[in-house]
Amino acid sequence: MTSTLQPTSPPTPSPEIAKSLRGRSLPTWAPKAIGALSVALALVGVFGPVGFWLVFVAWLVAAIVPLWSMFVEGRRKATDRFVTLLVTTAFVIALFPLGSILTTVVTRGAPVLSSDFFTYSMRNVLGEGGGIYHALMGTLLITAAAAAISVPIGLFTAIYLIEYGEGKRLARWIRFLVDVMTGIPSIVAGLFAYALFVIFFGPGVRMGVGGAVALSVLMIPVVVRSCEEMLKLVPNELREASYALGVPKWRTIVKVVLPTALAGIVTGVTLAVARVIGETAPLLIIAGLTDSVNFNLFDGRMATLPVFTYFSIITPGVPPGPSIERAWGAALVLLIIVMLLNFAARLVSYFFSPKGER
Amino acid sequence: MTSIQSTARKRSTPTRPGDRIFRGTSIAAALTILATLAGVALFLTIEGIPGVLASPDEVKHGTTFIDYVVPLVFGTLLAAVLALALAIPVAIGVALYISHYAPRRLASTLGYIIDLLAAVPSVVYGVWGISFLATALVPVYSWLERTLGFIPLFAGPPSATGRTILTASIVLAVMVLPVITALCREIFLQTPRLHEEAALALGATRWEMARLAIFPYARSGIISASMLGLGRALGETMAVAMVLSASGVITFNLISSTNPSTIAANIALTFNEATGLTVNALIASGLVLFLITFLVNFAARAIVERRKDFSGAN
Amino acid sequence: MNRMSMRKAAALGAGAALVFGLSACGAGNESGDGEESNSDLSGTLNGAGASSQQAAVSAWQQGFQTANSDVTVNYDPIGSGGGREQFLAGGTSFAGSDAYLDEDELADAQERCNDSDVVSVPTYVSPIAVIYNLPGVDDLQLSPQTIGAIFEGTITTWNDPAIAEDNPDAELPDSPITPVHRSDDSGTTENFTEYLDAASEGSWTAGPVETWPIQGGEAANGTSGVVAAVESGEGTIGYADASQAGDLGQVAVKVGEEYVGPTQEAAARVLDTAERVEGRAETDIALHIDRNTTESGVYPIVLASYMIACQSYEDSAEAELVKEWLMYVTSEDGQQAASESAGSAPLTDSFRETVQSAIDTIS
Repeated sequence: MTSTLQPTSPPTPSPEIAKSLRGRSLPTWAPKAIGALSVALALVGVFGPVGFWLVFVAWLVAAIVPLWSMFVEGRRKATDRFVTLLVTTAFVIALFPLGSILTTVVTRGAPVLSSDFFTYSMRNVLGEGGGIYHALMGTLLITAAAAAISVPIGLFTAIYLIEYGEGKRLARWIRFLVDVMTGIPSIVAGLFAYALFVIFFGPGVRMGVGGAVALSVLMIPVVVRSCEEMLKLVPNELREASYALGVPKWRTIVKVVLPTALAGIVTGVTLAVARVIGETAPLLIIAGLTDSVNFNLFDGRMATLPVFTYFSIITPGVPPGPSIERAWGAALVLLIIVMLLNFAARLVSYFFSPKGER
Repeated sequence: MTSIQSTARKRSTPTRPGDRIFRGTSIAAALTILATLAGVALFLTIEGIPGVLASPDEVKHGTTFIDYVVPLVFGTLLAAVLALALAIPVAIGVALYISHYAPRRLASTLGYIIDLLAAVPSVVYGVWGISFLATALVPVYSWLERTLGFIPLFAGPPSATGRTILTASIVLAVMVLPVITALCREIFLQTPRLHEEAALALGATRWEMARLAIFPYARSGIISASMLGLGRALGETMAVAMVLSASGVITFNLISSTNPSTIAANIALTFNEATGLTVNALIASGLVLFLITFLVNFAARAIVERRKDFSGAN
Repeated sequence: MNRMSMRKAAALGAGAALVFGLSACGAGNESGDGEESNSDLSGTLNGAGASSQQAAVSAWQQGFQTANSDVTVNYDPIGSGGGREQFLAGGTSFAGSDAYLDEDELADAQERCNDSDVVSVPTYVSPIAVIYNLPGVDDLQLSPQTIGAIFEGTITTWNDPAIAEDNPDAELPDSPITPVHRSDDSGTTENFTEYLDAASEGSWTAGPVETWPIQGGEAANGTSGVVAAVESGEGTIGYADASQAGDLGQVAVKVGEEYVGPTQEAAARVLDTAERVEGRAETDIALHIDRNTTESGVYPIVLASYMIACQSYEDSAEAELVKEWLMYVTSEDGQQAASESAGSAPLTDSFRETVQSAIDTIS
């Protein structure tokens, strides 16, 4: 887009550039060269021996571009260049913790990964060895169950809010309550699920599906919120065109509205899954902790990766080494799962989204 | 526009069974949420009330509930507000960078990387916060105390381990960043292309285009995204519990080792060894958190309502 | 159904098939063959409670499940309070707890145990080390009064005369002391403050508490959090399970006229000096540890954690499992295993006899 739609010069040329219709501008190589210099300095600052202060120097170097532009191109273009700098800076700032966390997890987790790590459980394992098979399966099953509960509820609620509830009191309330739901602390969700299941199954109940319910409480508002935003962005013209062709409302929603918003919805659902897949506190309360594999969501304790990670770090035993290594390995696996999920989501939106202008 | 739509609805609803089923399912889903929330609220209230009413000598913390919860509320709000203040500008910048500034080919990869941050379990954030971030911030804090110590925020004495409320807020900011960014990015990408091109055609620079075409269109979405982020920041448990050196005081001093605790972290830290009415008091503090979210969202909704003219579907 | 949702359904189906395909096979180490045991015990035994015992429980699980391959023991480290509560509600077969049952809970326990007594035995005794990070000072020695004053916040620099008096040979720097305490409620804090309260001769004023009572100072979550905080700051001092102290300096504490470090032997000997709390059932072994002991070679800052079970269960198979489990846990093998992998102090022989005769009454 940027290549075809370069901003053109101001429509009312100021006196000093009245001679030509095009205003003076920086040579095209200048921003690129200064940017490259700045990036190089920053890289040396982060990885090199000089010190972290070089990153600030790099930023100052980059700030030359808007300053220069101020003198050559005038205030508006300078502002534009300055904002470009700010936006890029924001991105780079975000990359620092990201890079730091990712490298920590990958460098500490990767050495642990082996075929045994994926196929062994922790049953009868002390010290070295053992694996996360039981926790991996638990996480997959519980999260899948949670998604199976929350995605339909969340999506249909969003559809109600946008397509049916416009202006209705119920819709306003639901919208508001969904917001409130985002503030439920995860441990409260766990306690709620536990209290709910105790009613039916008696005290001390531990069930994978209880964990799924607890996660759903946390997941539904995220699904509703993101789906609602995405549905809201579907232009009314599309709906109206469909009605004009005599298509019933529900088919309009299924065939026009949802596909248009699909990419966003899938992103939202992935985010929601990512949000809950790392939850520790609620799962500990209702799904418990075990060393053995359990595939039955409706009976007995199920280990999950976050709970496993937490307790491998908190109570590592003696010597603490192997347990903490396993914790990092489990964290890395969790990350990989979400990465794959994200990738799958992208494939889905790539294949199923209507091919639009973007 | 609305009249066309409503006539269409009036005509189609009674005649087509498909419509009735679809509409019924949607309402049922919405009501399920209502029921769940009512359940949670009921649970919190029933379990929480005895904790609110408990006399000081019946609970472990030995104070009335109000005295107990006020510092926690303060800490929760302080941490969340700081986190959002740090995260929102960066998140909008990142989202804008990915949606409109970065080279197209690179953009989706970059978005993918940021999304990854959302997947890191909070335990890992906690460990990262203690072992990397806090340690790295120790010299920064002592510098802040030396040069800006006259401001009460940085009065010090600086923490020797760096595990302060400011560190916790930075960790929270990193945690909410991907949530806000991902939503903002999708919303920015949905800005009608014609609006953007119209702005550019009128001679607007790229920034002016963003200001005139993208932001007004995306405002309600940005607020929604921020509210989602706020929800996460308010309710985050493990990472705060691990990073923060908490001791139940009220102070604006951001860099000392004496910090206010947050409600969620406090529940996680004390719940394990709590019995009897103390448990009820903890659940009641959860109810307070619930109410805070309620109020904050109420305010946010009010802002969005006034600005709804730009939404596509009204 | 339209074409697109058909495709979606197919994708979902493929995903589901993948999950079930994976789930068809068990874990590589759980196949069961080669694990022949002579035991006829089978079933699942569930417990919940103190996270302090978690590392030891893993060791016991391993030993017990190897000897009885048809048994699965689960332990949720949800904390002592939660563990006791769920045990009393009948949700679990046994509980792990850093404190013995109080009067109210005992009444509930009788009801839960079909009017039989409760069997409560100390299974895990672990020395709590006072850890510090002060480069250049290797063998710090402190009297209880000084420790109390440091954590109370009245001694604030390392070269304080009180510290110098205990360490005539050390070169103490003029740097501030940062005391680190647990931010979560814990049995470790309770035992540590109990010791300070009894032995500090008044320099510790807040009494024995589970929640750290003093505002200020550094707070950290869990044993590992305290260790990490002490490691990352300089001039820090904290308290944590000795087994997790790693390379950090450990204070030798003044007992009588000598200084004793947190070794397993010294901690185990504290049980011999402990008195049983009066007025409880024969099978309810609640210990009152003599923190103020002057006996030579005894380390008084220990955490004694209990396992709580019933004397009689409705289900005889459950009773059998609980009994065998506790027997194993308190056996020489079990205690040795815990000592190796959790750093606890093994029960002494004489004490084990008392404990096992109490467990023997389970039926």
